[in-house]
Amino acid sequence: MAQTEAELLDNPVAGRPTLILRSPDFHAITDVVAEPVERRTPIGWWLFFIPSVALLGLLGGAVSWLFWEGIGVWGNNIPVGWAWDITNFVFWVGIAHAGTLISAILFLFRQKWRTSINRSSEAMTIFAVMCAMLFPGIHVGRVWVAYFMFPIPNQMGVWPNFRSPLLWDVFAVSVYGTVSALFWYVGLIPDLATMRDRAKTRGRQFAYGLPALGWRGSVRQWHHYESAYLILAALATPLVLSVHSVVSMDFAVSLLPGWHTTVFPPYFVAGAIFSGFAMVLTLMVICRTAFRLEHIITLRHFDYMAKIMLVTGTMVGYAYSTEFFTAWFSGNPYELFTFKNRALGPYAWAYWTMVSCNVISPQFFWFKKARTSIPILFVLSILVNIGMWFERFVIIVTSLHRDFLPSAWSYFTPTIWDISCLLGSFGLFFTMFCLFVRFLPMVATAEVKTVLPQADPHGHPAPARTIRQGAS
Amino acid sequence: MPLLIPQLPKGPYYGILAEFGTPADLYHACERVRDAGFTRWDAHTPFPVHGLEGAMGLRRSPLPWIVLVMGLMGAAAGFGLQWWVHARAYPLVISGKPYLTWPAFIPITFEVAILFAALGAVLGMLGLNRLPMHHHPLFQSRVFERVTDDAFFISIESWDPRFDPAATGKMLESLGARSVELLES
Repeated sequence: MAQTEAELLDNPVAGRPTLILRSPDFHAITDVVAEPVERRTPIGWWLFFIPSVALLGLLGGAVSWLFWEGIGVWGNNIPVGWAWDITNFVFWVGIAHAGTLISAILFLFRQKWRTSINRSSEAMTIFAVMCAMLFPGIHVGRVWVAYFMFPIPNQMGVWPNFRSPLLWDVFAVSVYGTVSALFWYVGLIPDLATMRDRAKTRGRQFAYGLPALGWRGSVRQWHHYESAYLILAALATPLVLSVHSVVSMDFAVSLLPGWHTTVFPPYFVAGAIFSGFAMVLTLMVICRTAFRLEHIITLRHFDYMAKIMLVTGTMVGYAYSTEFFTAWFSGNPYELFTFKNRALGPYAWAYWTMVSCNVISPQFFWFKKARTSIPILFVLSILVNIGMWFERFVIIVTSLHRDFLPSAWSYFTPTIWDISCLLGSFGLFFTMFCLFVRFLPMVATAEVKTVLPQADPHGHPAPARTIRQGAS
Repeated sequence: MPLLIPQLPKGPYYGILAEFGTPADLYHACERVRDAGFTRWDAHTPFPVHGLEGAMGLRRSPLPWIVLVMGLMGAAAGFGLQWWVHARAYPLVISGKPYLTWPAFIPITFEVAILFAALGAVLGMLGLNRLPMHHHPLFQSRVFERVTDDAFFISIESWDPRFDPAATGKMLESLGARSVELLES
């Protein structure tokens, strides 16, 4: 397929802004990404790692006590049968979604700026799914029979009910975790080979060489590799939309006012991406400074992410108002009561925390100053993280605490073990993330190199020659 | 173990390795090597260079077909499991619904299809690429260590019918190679 000059000028890629600053060469990219993995462990890393491991220990203690004593150690009690456990589950699985959006959906849309942040966002996805999977696992109370969730032939001849959204959830989240890990690993193979080839010691060469599988950058290999990557992106895209839709059906398929709503699947997916981008922002603000990646993860990247947060945050705000409209328009007194109670009842403080963090705070992103100011981005991303946790809390607890019979009404208060489990899950997440940035290249070097201008065999250094010779 | 050992015929040389300076140089050299009629050869780059598979004359990857077959098998397995459990192994009336409530089986059918397809994509890619491979003659070369960093190579294998240690090396030099190296097998 020969290109004419006019076609080349029409090429939207040609007019695009530079994604990587300071115009580094290929070797400089490899160096800056590999350096944090190869140098001696810095003190700053321990300052993050030790508190994270301490929180992970807290999680271990809290979960052990839960197993020993039972679900009663939490504040959950009828009618509030689900509380922080499922709040934490939905919170973490939502965070995971931004990683897949960046790695898969933005890939399909050819958004090349994703290359600077996709590796660390995918890592975030996997660690968030790990945290998420913990909570349904432990909230069943008798964990030694947790295998009932899976269709395993057993001595009782009993099978799980495949018509239940709770079982769909088991499948959706496990498949999501597996596919995210596969996607991440496939992306890592060329970079693991880079680490192998840079290794100074036999031990490092073996440790990185084994998972690099003998990759030798052959174009015949890249050819199948790129096909696999595109297919995985195309598979992960409907998967990620299905996962949070299925999570929302855990609620929407029930008959409870406040849960039984058709708006839930799109509303949950938008919220998931919103919260996930907030977490990516929080992590990237820290990482780019700590690892001196300011020229790879630029303000332009933050600008784009802030725009996505503005869109998804506003969609979430629209969903909040839709819920109220539906409650009023349905004419159903129970539905209307639930929503009035949500905004004005005993949990009004939680509801308005949610609205201020999720709907009001992203509105600052209309302004470019806010989208490109690191302190503002950091503070707003933390606020959104808090707000999105409260969203799940509000949906779950406010819908449950006012049962149909006023004699059953109650008020949920968390115990020290609820708090320990939540803090502990952050410990698990940050421990994994610290290990990731210490031992694996946190930027997809092979992919970042493709967005450098000199990577294009037709554009650099003499485009005129390329046009005459033609390209396939 | 065909997956672990490179399937290469015996000979004194593995082949010839030539380094090129830029992706553009490599691209044009590949077009010339392709047009010269070589078949047992390869290019090596630190990142996928756009359009290089065309310059090498590679055919489309058969991977999508592997993924399609795996995905359909996954869908069949997912649906089959649910049908077998609810309509055969343990038929139980739940909420007064029929045994074979196929719309309720769609989400898990979809999830299992995606799982199988993704496994097919990854394992199929590794199989087509003959990975994992514990060693390859190219790794003897010192300069080849930089293939995962910033170096671009063409390798021509000695059992290519057009291979000649002297003439092929000269041709690669004339195409702008920075260095040309003969590798033992």
